[in-house]
Amino acid sequence: MSDNDNGRRGFLATGATMAAGLGFVAIAPGIRLIEIAQARPAGEAASSAVRWGMLIDTTKCASGCDACVSACASENGIVEQVEDPAQRSHWIRKIDLKDKQSGREHSLPMMCQHCAEPPCVDVCPTGASMKRADGIVLVDRHICIGCRYCMMACPYKARSFVHEPLTEQNPEVPRGVGCVEACTLCVHRVDRGQLPACVEACPEGALLFGDLGDPNSEISRRIAQEATTQVRADLQLNPGVRYQGI
Amino acid sequence: MTTTFLSYRASTPRFWLIAAIGALVSAVGFGAALYMEHHGHVVTGMNNQVVWGIPHVFAIFLIIAASGVLNVASIGSVFGKAAYKKRAPLSGLLSIAMLAGGLFVLMLDLGRADRVMIAATYYNFTSVFAWNVFLYSGMFGIVAVYLWVLMEKRMYAFVKPVGIAAFVWRLILTTGTGSIFGFLVARQAYQSAVLAPMFIIMSFAWGLAVFMVVQRTMYDWNAMTLHPAVRRRMKHLLGVFVAAVFYFVLVYHLTNLYFAKETGFERFILVDGGIFPLLFWGGWFLLGTVLPLALIYLPALAFRGSVLTASLLVIFGAFCQLYVFIIGGEAYPMDIFPGMQASSSFFDGQVATYAPSLPEFLLGIGGLGVAFMITLIGIRVLKFLPEDDLTQLEAAAD
Amino acid sequence: MKRWAIPLVILTAWFAAAGTACAGDGLPKPNIVIENKDGQCVAPPEEMRRNHMEMLKHQRDLTLREGIRGSKVSLNGCIECHAGKKTGSVIGSDDSFCQTCHAYAAVKLDCWDCHQPKAGYKATGAKPHE
Ligand code: HEC
Ligand code: HEC
Ligand code: HEC
Repeated sequence: MSDNDNGRRGFLATGATMAAGLGFVAIAPGIRLIEIAQARPAGEAASSAVRWGMLIDTTKCASGCDACVSACASENGIVEQVEDPAQRSHWIRKIDLKDKQSGREHSLPMMCQHCAEPPCVDVCPTGASMKRADGIVLVDRHICIGCRYCMMACPYKARSFVHEPLTEQNPEVPRGVGCVEACTLCVHRVDRGQLPACVEACPEGALLFGDLGDPNSEISRRIAQEATTQVRADLQLNPGVRYQGI
Repeated sequence: MTTTFLSYRASTPRFWLIAAIGALVSAVGFGAALYMEHHGHVVTGMNNQVVWGIPHVFAIFLIIAASGVLNVASIGSVFGKAAYKKRAPLSGLLSIAMLAGGLFVLMLDLGRADRVMIAATYYNFTSVFAWNVFLYSGMFGIVAVYLWVLMEKRMYAFVKPVGIAAFVWRLILTTGTGSIFGFLVARQAYQSAVLAPMFIIMSFAWGLAVFMVVQRTMYDWNAMTLHPAVRRRMKHLLGVFVAAVFYFVLVYHLTNLYFAKETGFERFILVDGGIFPLLFWGGWFLLGTVLPLALIYLPALAFRGSVLTASLLVIFGAFCQLYVFIIGGEAYPMDIFPGMQASSSFFDGQVATYAPSLPEFLLGIGGLGVAFMITLIGIRVLKFLPEDDLTQLEAAAD
Repeated sequence: MKRWAIPLVILTAWFAAAGTACAGDGLPKPNIVIENKDGQCVAPPEEMRRNHMEMLKHQRDLTLREGIRGSKVSLNGCIECHAGKKTGSVIGSDDSFCQTCHAYAAVKLDCWDCHQPKAGYKATGAKPHE
């Protein structure tokens, strides 16, 4: 560990140039940056002053549209064709809802809700399920043993288990057989100041991404002023993803 | 004791044949796990809705029965019943064997079984699963010490305190196993405080049933018959435990029915869920509860082997019950949006299907094989055969 | 002192092993080819040989768990520089950069179960499940 401290300190000085130097990290042209928060400088850890969240306006979400789902799939390289549909990975999915009494129908995207009190993190035996300082719930697949207890614990069915060896991964989004995975809120994009792929792809602008920790952010202001819903609020998990129009 | 042991040794060819079968079953289980590891879990019937399948039914049966089988020893050492004291070593051995078998299945079913070292070195202490890792390893240690003080004459003074420690540990262990499910707030089937005591009482019944089957087999191999007094006492105990399980299952379902939002789930398990009501009523209730109770308590039904049959039926019922509990609980769709009908490409609002594949089944059976092998080797090399002091028994029988 | 002991032992073992390989015991000896000579490695080659595993394991926790990005050490960085021209990958043949030594030292990595070993690789972008 100590051997690397030198490297790290040295790197802090040159960090910015390095970041631009590697083809991967360079920001592709033409991609909107998040106005409210710039890319975190290289070498800086995620901060607990920030809490990333999303507000989804289901009144704008069309039932047949799955632009967010396809954007997620291509961004995160979820392209494998697993034969059994029940064994496929779903980081985000569209749910069509119909009120049993009134018959009102609507549609919404469902993914990891990035809870402040995530049950998956509580139950994970190794600590692979984790919440980053800025509220993003991730699976550290370097120590995930594939026990799937988190999948039993998640009330949103947001997690998937990779049932087959993969080869087509996006280099920025490693994923592989035998581990559990879920929406990362496009952590690799967010860290360099881009929006999550689904947010960017929504043709109706139904998805708003932002910092719940900043009272002046658009998302915080809207949550303060408008009626919003937490899915399964009864469990008091304080999800980072909020809905309108459910 | 030596004489009975010699008579056992005399049947060496049979021992080797049985050992070979046990080894083969274990090896096939291990091979199945390697196959699953190599191809990924696509080769199983488990999926992203039914994430725990048949291997977990086997593993959880073995682990629960492992703690329950230790009861026999506890009744002897902790509560001082002579007939059970003689059976304490066998009960300890079975406990270790079944725990090992259960963990074998659980470990090899992991998505990354190659990372067992991580499982053993990274702990998240809020995880019930992580507590269980401790409880299991502690159980091995305590039962090993227990066996040692039981079998080593000089240590006999310590039997009672060590026995108490083992007894308490096993209660905590089963509570822990029950809590693996009890803490799952997400799913209708699980989030219930009844689960922990229910698992404890299930362990009593299943453990005793396994013990009776093994005991009977060992006596047969040695051409001995169990003294009727012991037999009667143990069978009545089994009857009480089976009835107690029935009571707890009743309470579990009644409390679920009481909460309106769970009635859908109860309907599914008890009435219209296809295989699940069938296994519940036909497997667990009729074959696994009513019939064994009848065999135990109705003298008209008694025949040679009726207690053995009752024990085997209790074990069969246990598998049915776990299948309904684990797989039925997962198959029933989660109610993410109460009051609404949900549908999606990921089977929201739909009952999940699960068809176990051969490899995962073989892995589960392999766990039984491992438990069997450990027991077989144990009784071969050490004195585990319960030998009753007949005069004492005769006196106690009145 | 102790800090150096482990690398030293590894290095000695490494050279000893290399020695036996040269003596012709049939094992292909590592064939380290640096195809991409522009730019420098993240540390001097001796240090890389000794320490790259610890560097990577340390970095992965920093990146994944703490969100520290843009570090000098990065697995994707290694791949961009060290992928072979023929295969476009750091693994795949016994001459591939991340495989040649490992095959020789009988080290098996699970990294490539998840990490894309090809340089400049983009996922196909096809819609799934259709
Ligand atoms: C089961 C999947 C999986 C395996 C196996 C795996 N990783 Fe990762 N790795 C990830 C994920 C997911 C990330 C996070 C990527 C991100 O957020 O940018 C990551 C990130 C990293 C990073 C930081 C990002 C970068 O490019 O530098 C390093 C370093 C790393 N892994 C090293 C390793 C090494 C070394 C191994 C093999 C010993 C390994 N990983 C095996 C999934 C995996
Ligand atoms: C900017 C390009 C670049 C990057 C990034 C890079 N390397 Fe290198 N690496 C080189 C070059 C050039 C050499 C040859 C250095 C020399 O011989 O002086 C080298 C040498 C090495 C060697 C020594 C090979 C030998 O001769 O024995 C190892 C090991 C190594 N790199 C591993 C890595 C690892 C691991 C990473 C990622 C953390 C990495 N490299 C990242 C360019 C790079
Ligand atoms: C100069 C030879 C050499 C090259 C080139 C090399 N490695 Fe290694 N690597 C080794 C040796 C030797 C070990 C085993 C060290 C040990 O066992 O402690 C090792 C171990 C590792 C480990 C730790 C494995 C474990 O399970 O603990 C990782 C991760 C790793 N290498 C990554 C890489 C990557 C990535 C590359 C390509 C960029 C690479 N190595 C290139 C020699 C090399």
